[in-house]
Amino acid sequence: MNRELKRVTIVILAMFAALFLSVTTIQFFSADALAGDSRNARTINNSYSNQRGAILVDGQPIAQSVPSADQYKYQRTYTNGPLYSAVTGYYTLDQGSSGIEDALDEELSGTSGSQFLSQLNNIVTGQNPQGASVELTIDPKVQQAAYDALGDLQGAIVAVEPKTGRILAMVSKPDYDPNVLAVHDTDSVIAQYNALIADSGNPLINRTLNGNFDPPGSTFKIVTSSAALQNAGLTEDHQLPNPALYNLPESDRTVQNAGGGTCGPGGTVSIKTAFVLSCNIPMAELGVEMGQKGLTDMAKAYGYDAGFDTPIPVQASQFPPVEDDATLALSSFGQASVRASPMQIVEQSMAVANAGSIMQPNLVDDIRAPDLTVLKQFEPKTLSQPITSVTASTLSSWMVEAVNSGAATNARIEGVSVAGKTGTAENGTGDPYTLWFTGFAPADNPQVAVAVVVQNGGGLGESGSGNEVAAPIAKKVLEAVLNK
Amino acid sequence: MASGGGVVAASTTEAAPATKPVRRIHVPEKLRNLEIFLLLLACLVNAGAVVLVQLGAKGAVDYGQVALLGAGLSVLVIGAHIALRFVAPNADPFILPIATLLNGIGIAEIYRIDLQIPGSTGWDSTAVRQVVWSAIAIVAALVVIIALRNHRVLQRYTYVFMALSGVLLVLPLLPGIGKEIYGARVWIGIGPLSFQPGEVAKIALAIFFAGYLVSRRDSLSVVGRKFLGMRFPRGRDLGPILVIWAASMSVIIFQRDLGTALLYFGLFVVMIYVATARLSWVIIGVGLFLGGALIASRVLVYVNDRFLNWLDPFSTTNYDAQGGSYQLVQGLFGLANGGLIGTGLGQGQPDITPLAQSDYIVASLGEELGMAGLFAILALYLLFIARGLRISFAGTDDFGRLLGIGLTFVIALQCFIVIGGVTRVIPLTGLTTPFLAAGGSSLVANWIIVALLLRLSDTVRNQPRLVV
Repeated sequence: MNRELKRVTIVILAMFAALFLSVTTIQFFSADALAGDSRNARTINNSYSNQRGAILVDGQPIAQSVPSADQYKYQRTYTNGPLYSAVTGYYTLDQGSSGIEDALDEELSGTSGSQFLSQLNNIVTGQNPQGASVELTIDPKVQQAAYDALGDLQGAIVAVEPKTGRILAMVSKPDYDPNVLAVHDTDSVIAQYNALIADSGNPLINRTLNGNFDPPGSTFKIVTSSAALQNAGLTEDHQLPNPALYNLPESDRTVQNAGGGTCGPGGTVSIKTAFVLSCNIPMAELGVEMGQKGLTDMAKAYGYDAGFDTPIPVQASQFPPVEDDATLALSSFGQASVRASPMQIVEQSMAVANAGSIMQPNLVDDIRAPDLTVLKQFEPKTLSQPITSVTASTLSSWMVEAVNSGAATNARIEGVSVAGKTGTAENGTGDPYTLWFTGFAPADNPQVAVAVVVQNGGGLGESGSGNEVAAPIAKKVLEAVLNK
Repeated sequence: MASGGGVVAASTTEAAPATKPVRRIHVPEKLRNLEIFLLLLACLVNAGAVVLVQLGAKGAVDYGQVALLGAGLSVLVIGAHIALRFVAPNADPFILPIATLLNGIGIAEIYRIDLQIPGSTGWDSTAVRQVVWSAIAIVAALVVIIALRNHRVLQRYTYVFMALSGVLLVLPLLPGIGKEIYGARVWIGIGPLSFQPGEVAKIALAIFFAGYLVSRRDSLSVVGRKFLGMRFPRGRDLGPILVIWAASMSVIIFQRDLGTALLYFGLFVVMIYVATARLSWVIIGVGLFLGGALIASRVLVYVNDRFLNWLDPFSTTNYDAQGGSYQLVQGLFGLANGGLIGTGLGQGQPDITPLAQSDYIVASLGEELGMAGLFAILALYLLFIARGLRISFAGTDDFGRLLGIGLTFVIALQCFIVIGGVTRVIPLTGLTTPFLAAGGSSLVANWIIVALLLRLSDTVRNQPRLVV
């Protein structure tokens, strides 16, 4: 009987070996895959039960998790929710997240690789894991000024330090209050979310870097002029024909300058004058003269057709391949199929302001563990260098002249040399214009570069202009930086 | 080294004549002292588990509950220990502490899930009911061990136990007292109490099999014809296995309980193999059961569903289906959430998984105690089973040895069916995890097994013979 008992013993050992193996497989080898399953409610609940890190502006929390009485232990609350909604984004129980909440989720929830040691420590000490806090580059005064300056208009503002890439303000309107999406009642969250999605103003879209972008209009002339000065080797005095009406090549369509007449007096006009007065016809002629390669290369050098992370991902602006000279002519002053985000437009000013180099726009100064040790510090990083310092200095003087005596006079600030470029982009017959301004100040030692976009014509339909609507808004943002 | 060799040689000559009068290796007092030490340790762990549950889930200790849930069980098992000193002083010292520890951890985890269920107080609290059932079970075990001074008495009533197991199996099917819960018709309800007679039936079956096989083993093992190097039984000797097979199949068909059927049939196959030493019985048995299960999976929808859920639990179709893999997948999520060392008692979310207190108690414990905790629990079961196997190896009479292996194997197989089902080793079937899971009938049955094993081990050590 003992031989049989031994065999039964072996069978029992084999059964238990199978159990040990299956438990190891599930709890060790496949644990991460199982946690990542979208049907796993535990993963979502865990993220709410741990104290999520705060998002800080100037040391003060604009998003933080405070103890709550319900099953999730912590409630996410947003101070000045609408003011910062474009930056923080929202964070829901199980309906996704956006903005910094989404882009830095691993750090905020305490699950990033750099927090591995503290995770181990939590395991040993039995403490609840705590997420890292994120200190933003946002300046609360500038943010508030930008928020107030835009008022109830639909549009966006982004202000950046050209020398470092630190984003000082990021506003997108219409805004929303992320608090309504942070409640622990899924039905209510879904109802609120659906209402925000249904809103024709698309408040959940951060227009500074996402969504359906607008044509950049005359702000694109910075790119066209860069191509002329740098790639085509033309000087600022290079003369172009100065008609009042321009027939698009191989087309029966015509182009006019914004005012309707010629670009200043005379039969020819210099590139510089065309830029300062923001004339369309000479820019169209210039684009055709340089050929599509010159313009396309420069657009790409400025960052069109490429995204990057702020760490909120920036959607790429578009400069689609140009098929014919008519499209090339229209593209030269930012029409046709060219589409740009305010982030792209501010990069153009940043290059001019910073001797040709675009510092990567960035929202985060550092990420700190709960014990305040710095987990990650963000250093200024060059994103690209589309133009030389010589070209940059030439363009800078043009942009100063545009503000002083050209097409961007509403951005003038007493005692400060402001550089700027307006844009009034058409969106098709009968549709309201998109109104732009981009610039920087002070021109000799730039502290801030700004881009303002006002959509829906700023309520003025097809009669407003960038100088009339966007430039005064930008002026207030520049002042907020310079007066602080 | 030379002197060491001398010692070995000396001890060898000392131990060699196994027929000599016994030199007692274990003194009864020493065994019982070891037992009370381990028992107190187990009670301490159990009370600690309840405290940890409260700290984890509520952040404060409720001493009243700790006393009720922790101390209640402790008093009973210490009472059992004292009784053992008188009625079975030579009993195995590990069995009682292991059963106590498993029972107590189960109560702590059941209580933990109670905390998530509003209104779980008094008799509505599953944990309180579990403590009461534990008391009933331990008292039942005491009655068995006090009343049954010699296990051989059971052999006399072989056919009584056959009848008893038959009655117990049929009870749930009777109109009036039979109850259907979660699709399986394995319960009987008398007033507010419900009971699974099948749990107790497994003991009656083990006793019946042991008695029957001891008396019939010669005809079952010697006669027959050789085929493929094995001796196969005569046609007329196939009767018993076919009867058991038919009984198991009717459990699958009428009670819709795959796990219990597998448990009974596995028990019989192992016992007939040990009794007859004929591998052919195992082959016939496994073949019969696989054939039956294959047909059942084709004919019975619920069996087919179990197979589909097992093979592909993550497919949306199976996950969303009525009677689909939702529970299985949620259990896996829970285990994954526990990871290597668990969330800590009271800090996981085991209540998301359906039946987290009964069928899925292992997943609940795996979530809160992690892989480390489940390994410890599996090791406790293995240790318990090892003690049972030891009794079977060392026993002096064939009835006792067969009963020992039967009772031990039924615990091992039940662990395998439940935990294997939860962890996707085999298709999921509804069975309770011995000692851990919420359920009165399961506790009573398993504590009676404890009593029988204690009685057997006491007899083994009382024999005037040196045992290995």
